[in-house]
Amino acid sequence: MKFTWSWLKDHLDTDAEMAVILDALPMLGLEVESVTDRAEALKPFHIARIIKAEPHPNADSLRVCQVDTGNGMVEVVCGAPNAAAGLVGVFAPVGAYVPGIDLTLTEAEIRGVTSRGMMCSEREMMISDEHDGIISLPEDAPIGASFAAYAGFDDPIIEIAITPNRADCLGVRGIARDLAAAGYGILIPLADHQIKAKGKSDISWKLDLPADQQHLCPLVTGRVFRGLTNGASPKWMQQRLSAVGQRPISALVDITNYVMLDLGRPLHAYDADRIKGDTLTIRLAKAGEEMTALNEKTYALNDTMLVIADDDGADDLAGIMGGERTGVTNTTSNMFLEIAIFDPVAVAMTGRRLNIHSDARYRFERGLDVTSPDWAMDYVSQMVLDICGGEASEIDRHGVGADWERQISYRPDQVEELTSVVITPDKQQNILTTLGFKISSDGDQWQVMPPPWRGDIVGSADLVEEVVRVSGYHLIPELSLPRDRVVSHPAVSDAQKRPIVLRRFMAGRGLNEAVSFTFCDAATAEKYGGGAEALRLANPISTDLSVMRPSLIPILLNVAARNQARGEGDVAVFEIGPVFTGDTPEDQHTVLAGVRCGMISPREWTGSARPVDWLDAKADAIAALSALGVRVDALQVRLDAPGWYHPGQSGTLNQGKVTLARFGTIHPAFAAAHDLDDHKGAVAGFEVMLDAVSMPRKKTAQRPMAQLSSFQPVGRDFAFLLDDAVTAENLIRAMKGAGKPLVTEVTVFDVYAGKGIPEGKKSVALSVTLQPTKATLTEAEIEATSAAIIAAVEKHCGGVLRS
Amino acid sequence: MAGADPQALKDTLLAAIGAADTPDALEAIRIEALGKKGQLTQAMKSLGTLEGDARRDMGQALNAVKDAVTHALESRRSELALIELNKRLEQEKVDVSLSHRPEAIGVIHPLSRTLEEILVIFAEMGFVVAEGPDIETDYYNFTALNMPEDHPARQEHDTFYMTPNIEGVRKVLRTHTSPVQIRTMEQMKPPIRIIAPGRTYRSDHDATHSPMFHQCEGLVIGDGITMGHLKGCLIEFCRAFFDVDDLPVRFRPSYFPFTEPSAEVDIGCNRDGGGLTIGTGADWLEILGCGMVNPRVLEYCGIDPNEHQGFAFGMGLERLAMLKYGIPDLRPFYDSDLRWMRHYGFMPFDPPSVHLGL
Repeated sequence: MKFTWSWLKDHLDTDAEMAVILDALPMLGLEVESVTDRAEALKPFHIARIIKAEPHPNADSLRVCQVDTGNGMVEVVCGAPNAAAGLVGVFAPVGAYVPGIDLTLTEAEIRGVTSRGMMCSEREMMISDEHDGIISLPEDAPIGASFAAYAGFDDPIIEIAITPNRADCLGVRGIARDLAAAGYGILIPLADHQIKAKGKSDISWKLDLPADQQHLCPLVTGRVFRGLTNGASPKWMQQRLSAVGQRPISALVDITNYVMLDLGRPLHAYDADRIKGDTLTIRLAKAGEEMTALNEKTYALNDTMLVIADDDGADDLAGIMGGERTGVTNTTSNMFLEIAIFDPVAVAMTGRRLNIHSDARYRFERGLDVTSPDWAMDYVSQMVLDICGGEASEIDRHGVGADWERQISYRPDQVEELTSVVITPDKQQNILTTLGFKISSDGDQWQVMPPPWRGDIVGSADLVEEVVRVSGYHLIPELSLPRDRVVSHPAVSDAQKRPIVLRRFMAGRGLNEAVSFTFCDAATAEKYGGGAEALRLANPISTDLSVMRPSLIPILLNVAARNQARGEGDVAVFEIGPVFTGDTPEDQHTVLAGVRCGMISPREWTGSARPVDWLDAKADAIAALSALGVRVDALQVRLDAPGWYHPGQSGTLNQGKVTLARFGTIHPAFAAAHDLDDHKGAVAGFEVMLDAVSMPRKKTAQRPMAQLSSFQPVGRDFAFLLDDAVTAENLIRAMKGAGKPLVTEVTVFDVYAGKGIPEGKKSVALSVTLQPTKATLTEAEIEATSAAIIAAVEKHCGGVLRS
Repeated sequence: MAGADPQALKDTLLAAIGAADTPDALEAIRIEALGKKGQLTQAMKSLGTLEGDARRDMGQALNAVKDAVTHALESRRSELALIELNKRLEQEKVDVSLSHRPEAIGVIHPLSRTLEEILVIFAEMGFVVAEGPDIETDYYNFTALNMPEDHPARQEHDTFYMTPNIEGVRKVLRTHTSPVQIRTMEQMKPPIRIIAPGRTYRSDHDATHSPMFHQCEGLVIGDGITMGHLKGCLIEFCRAFFDVDDLPVRFRPSYFPFTEPSAEVDIGCNRDGGGLTIGTGADWLEILGCGMVNPRVLEYCGIDPNEHQGFAFGMGLERLAMLKYGIPDLRPFYDSDLRWMRHYGFMPFDPPSVHLGL
């Protein structure tokens, strides 16, 4: 919402400086977005007259002008085609900064003639794009006077942001009313004009709405004006409209725009002679009906849209935009003026469906003063008659009127109860009354009726806000929240704590935390098991961000690829965030995933560098599970990792049937799809499904007593010849089972296949730790356990002890 | 052998010991002197050929020689060991200016850090964390927050819609964390004191807007909770978060459909010299929105507004992180450029806490 300082003062009688008002506005909830003082930039520009203009001796297209600046004569070389003796224009002296050409003028020799200043075009002063010639002012413009003051540019422009509830402040008057309530002046009463109406309106309203849709137009007024002269609007009106970005068009159009900005009251002016027939019907559009609006675009309408039609059909989108066919033109002499109330929801829906944004729609859908068709008609009519002459007919009024009067029960004590601010009932009454509220009080119990322009006020909390807002939020005291205990409980649950702990843990392992968009492109989503219809955005911002991600792996592969493209070959990243299997809350799962690629450490002199492999990913997954309290030695490895992993170098980590994590080398084809070159080192990844990891059952700080044996453990090594297909996990399980209860640890320390080993076989060497608890082991006990282990490996794994 | 001269023997042996320059040479001398066939051993054996005082005197003299030789051997052995050790140390000398074996450590994202700082402060004030889904129903994201269909405030949300289902119902990506207020109030009875951090989405992508960003919501419902508590709570938060004890904080009337009265909160800042300093200065920076929970919202959640009241607030994590840590641009937050991460990220082992500080 833009207005000028003088415009505000049309409504607000105040002695306050502009700076004071600018400070007051945001504290009323009217946020000042900008203040533009055009006079500052135009300070050096003054009105001057060209006394003599002669051809330049050395250039056909230039003239040498003698300019009366009001402060002496100056010689100026000018190239404008309209530079002629007698022209009154705008002069910029040497030293002036000319914004349109970004130049500070100096005395310049132009083809042998010294020019001491410049006659300016509008574009050179950056007040418009006009550059056909130098600006030409009326003959009577005062020579030597400030151009800014003369042209009304000394009126600063204020732009404020209006929150959606304050439709009443979409007109300058509403802003003035707020300031008056806050004590910054007095709201000047609106002139109450009595129009001498001549005869009935030649055009009359007809409401043709279904019985259950009467609310679409509760009230409309109109009248015909005859014998108008639709020339240019007055200079003051043009200046104000220009200042706020509205191009002056003609008196009638300018008046409708001006009143909309001034009073927040959109109007529509028809050319009465272009209306077919003598009736304007307010109705729903017919399916297939079309109309061309004032923006010169043609719209296909349907039967949900409210329109105004003459005998030739719809030619006004009610509350949104008028039609081209019946609009006023520069030659209009008979005009029909419409002031209506339309249902805000209907206006919003039609506007959205047709994708039309207009100042009128903006105001209609936020809610107008529902009584305005009555009080505004004579006010606007006087303005039309004053500016365009002619005469006005009687008013044609239709509709039952909006049901806006409502009483809100209110107690002045509610201000303190809700905000801890103490404001006397008298002060409260004064504020509310100035804002237009009507109060009937019965002691502490008030009935408050909001004014018709405050549709946003529905309950007592709204009244509290009005009172405290106008009094000032600085009055609200700072109170500390009461605490029911000195030492707070934890802010997070055990489940909520997990991502926080894991994040530190994974960073401690050398992985960097990424935060990525939760959406990806459809093809990627499908490749990673997602892409369901319910997870596709209906209005994505780009195809790359159009489906909710099913996995973090492709997201992190992209991260790795972007970093490799920047020259960071070795990447280690993780993210903890949501992935989606459906659109219900239960389908959103928190996952920890990580990707490593390139070398595990940079090449350096000790030779510790080595390429990333699947073992790094497995270590990350196991470490994460262990940080979550999972007994990782009891996990089962399965070979059922999804397709984006290398089929021979990946697995899942399971507790029974529940998969807690998956890990492995990323499938080379998947890595390549992200432009990751696995020749630079393998790409490995892991995913830990946090929601699948069950919480520890018992919550106690107590730990079981530590069992620390005082007897030396004994180590024994074994080497078995096994089929290739036998997994280390099965082998170890067989050995641990056979060695119970003495065997506490079994570790593979060598795996060998090749020379000396038959085809399809491998040799696996393991060290076994036996831990006695009651007495030192005897050789016989050790032998018995060894024999049991060897027998079990033979039985369960088909392995033979190598001698 | 009776004619042995202990003194001469001693002199000879000590001279030999002193001249021995390796442990092996020293050992040869020991055997030559004290071995089974060694000179001293032989001399001792021949004592039997002497009589009386002569035997006693010679015995004492030989014993003295043996002691002296044993001692000399011992000290020469230590000397040689030390020489040997020094030689080894000299050989083992390295260039310690060479780099150590690399150890990788990763960093925590500034958004996570910021969130944890917020958690620490609100935990101190007795808040607990609540959560909600990213894909929300229209009801939770709008309607129950007093934004019915066609409410003008909805248009300002730039909502991402999901593909409608067969019944034509379309879910949304939550445009704010406020739906967690509703979910919480449906499940908990007052008193309530929660914060709800999370990912939020708006269909906007430019230098200062990201289609995904993060908010943190707060909700307090309790007996006698007023806008004074709201003001106190948020001023304490701002001062603790920015670690500026006298940080100016300003509450300005604003509008949110789900609060009434509503406010925006500005903190003081100084833009002198082109930079931005949080604290006392000529300018204000808007950092969060808040207000007293709208009675209609309470009604939607089955809470009687005549019985209970409270406040709610919402803040953008990115904005807080950018202001506190001087991060100039929004977009790199989601780009995971390792260079950016290492520069703006945080060490994992120094998390924010009350006793160690934020």
